Amino acid sequence: MKTCLYDEHVALGAKISPFAGFDMPIQYSSIVEEHNAVRNNVGMFDVSHMGEVFVEGPQAEEFVNYIFTNEIRGFEAGKVLYGMMCYPAGGTVDDLLVYREFQKDHFLLVINAANIDKDFDWILLHSRAFDCKVFNASDKWGQIALQGPSAEDKLIEVLGYGEEAKSLGFYTFCDVLYNGNRLILSRTGYTGEDGFELYGTPEDIVEIWKKFIAAGVTPCGLGCRDTLRFEAGLPLYGDELSPEISPVMAGLGMFCKYEKDFIGKEALLEQKAGNIGRKLVGIEIEDKAIPRAGYPVETADGKEVGIVTTGYHSISLDKSICFALVDKEYSALDTPLSIRIRKKVFPGKVVKKRFYQTNYKK
Amino acid sequence: MSKILEGVKYSPTHEWVKIEGNVAIIGVSDFAQEEMGDITYVDLPEEGDKLVAGEEFGALESVKASSDLIAPVSGTVIEVNTALEDEPEKVNEDAFAAWIIKVELSDTSDLDDLLDAAAYKALIEK
Repeated sequence: MKTCLYDEHVALGAKISPFAGFDMPIQYSSIVEEHNAVRNNVGMFDVSHMGEVFVEGPQAEEFVNYIFTNEIRGFEAGKVLYGMMCYPAGGTVDDLLVYREFQKDHFLLVINAANIDKDFDWILLHSRAFDCKVFNASDKWGQIALQGPSAEDKLIEVLGYGEEAKSLGFYTFCDVLYNGNRLILSRTGYTGEDGFELYGTPEDIVEIWKKFIAAGVTPCGLGCRDTLRFEAGLPLYGDELSPEISPVMAGLGMFCKYEKDFIGKEALLEQKAGNIGRKLVGIEIEDKAIPRAGYPVETADGKEVGIVTTGYHSISLDKSICFALVDKEYSALDTPLSIRIRKKVFPGKVVKKRFYQTNYKK
Repeated sequence: MSKILEGVKYSPTHEWVKIEGNVAIIGVSDFAQEEMGDITYVDLPEEGDKLVAGEEFGALESVKASSDLIAPVSGTVIEVNTALEDEPEKVNEDAFAAWIIKVELSDTSDLDDLLDAAAYKALIEK
């Protein structure tokens, strides 16, 4: 499949690879340049491959709260909440954003591209017990993520919406009109920097993309999207979350609220109480060699106790760091752990997963 | 368009080999560095290591991926470009200037299996 922006990526000379069933830009110039554009100025991503599912009806809130780990009761229209959907055994169906729309009993769920079909089947199946309707509108929406410390200035310079943009705090959104169509301005992102995600019709999104390019915004591919989110300690479904990796294992317990009933609650509570095999940690090694996904994690005496899920030589921090799933007895901060990289073993230790100090707007 | 230097040999695994007497100077091709993108780490062998043609002797790491270095010839490593440890980006800047190792050949017949510039060009344009 192709997103509405595919022709723009080709015209910009992007390196294109398949991702989650879409032909997506991996990089335009270089991952390092694009990464630094987002950290220091402003960059933009085509994230039109993400899925949009709308839930509406008298029991929409009750339903979303039943499939979602976080608590949506009492959260106001115009707010965005991060959390997961879980299987009864605690494994993760997906991680997602829930938007409470301005219309009563309307919600927007934004899900990972690779999981759209699976998620929609899951949502539809469970919605049957509730008085609400669900729609998969994924192919009707395009999406751009404008990210970086200059994102707000650039958005206002190119599109206007100054009052709206300035009033948005992190994890809030508003609706504006663009060409007479609905455009969602959401102060969210996946980079550790301030920024916006814009949802609109595919035609509007293409037009907006071109305007940002003309205004000098750096186009950024999925390559640096991964390095940026990783440094900011954000998980990627498929690497740090999966049907086998629960939110509690991934250290995302703060997004699970137990004062309500939801699918997977009992299993997660049990894991929270300590009945858990492995936990996700950060590991930093004392060398420039790069720990990659799948490399074994070892103790000083060579016992294998875990596996790397994502790793880089961090562009912003100039350190070799990774996320790894390790046996829980080795998950405490400062525990010495080594990574086996090809034939050599590189010593390191457990560090905080948020490697990079994020810069969100309060 | 990748640069292809004349007068050196190439392996199908994208190393270049320059012969000076009984010594092979080895690096990676411009095509290889372009494909990899920003190179952030070079995993080098040590002087005295014995190489076997076709076997891995180190690796290049870019931001996104790791790629093994495959020995195009057999022999003994006599010199290592340790400057690449601190400046791996030299490989991106000029893949032909950024040699990686020098090897004393143990079997010159290995050279027969290598490609000349024209054959290598044909390979990467396939």
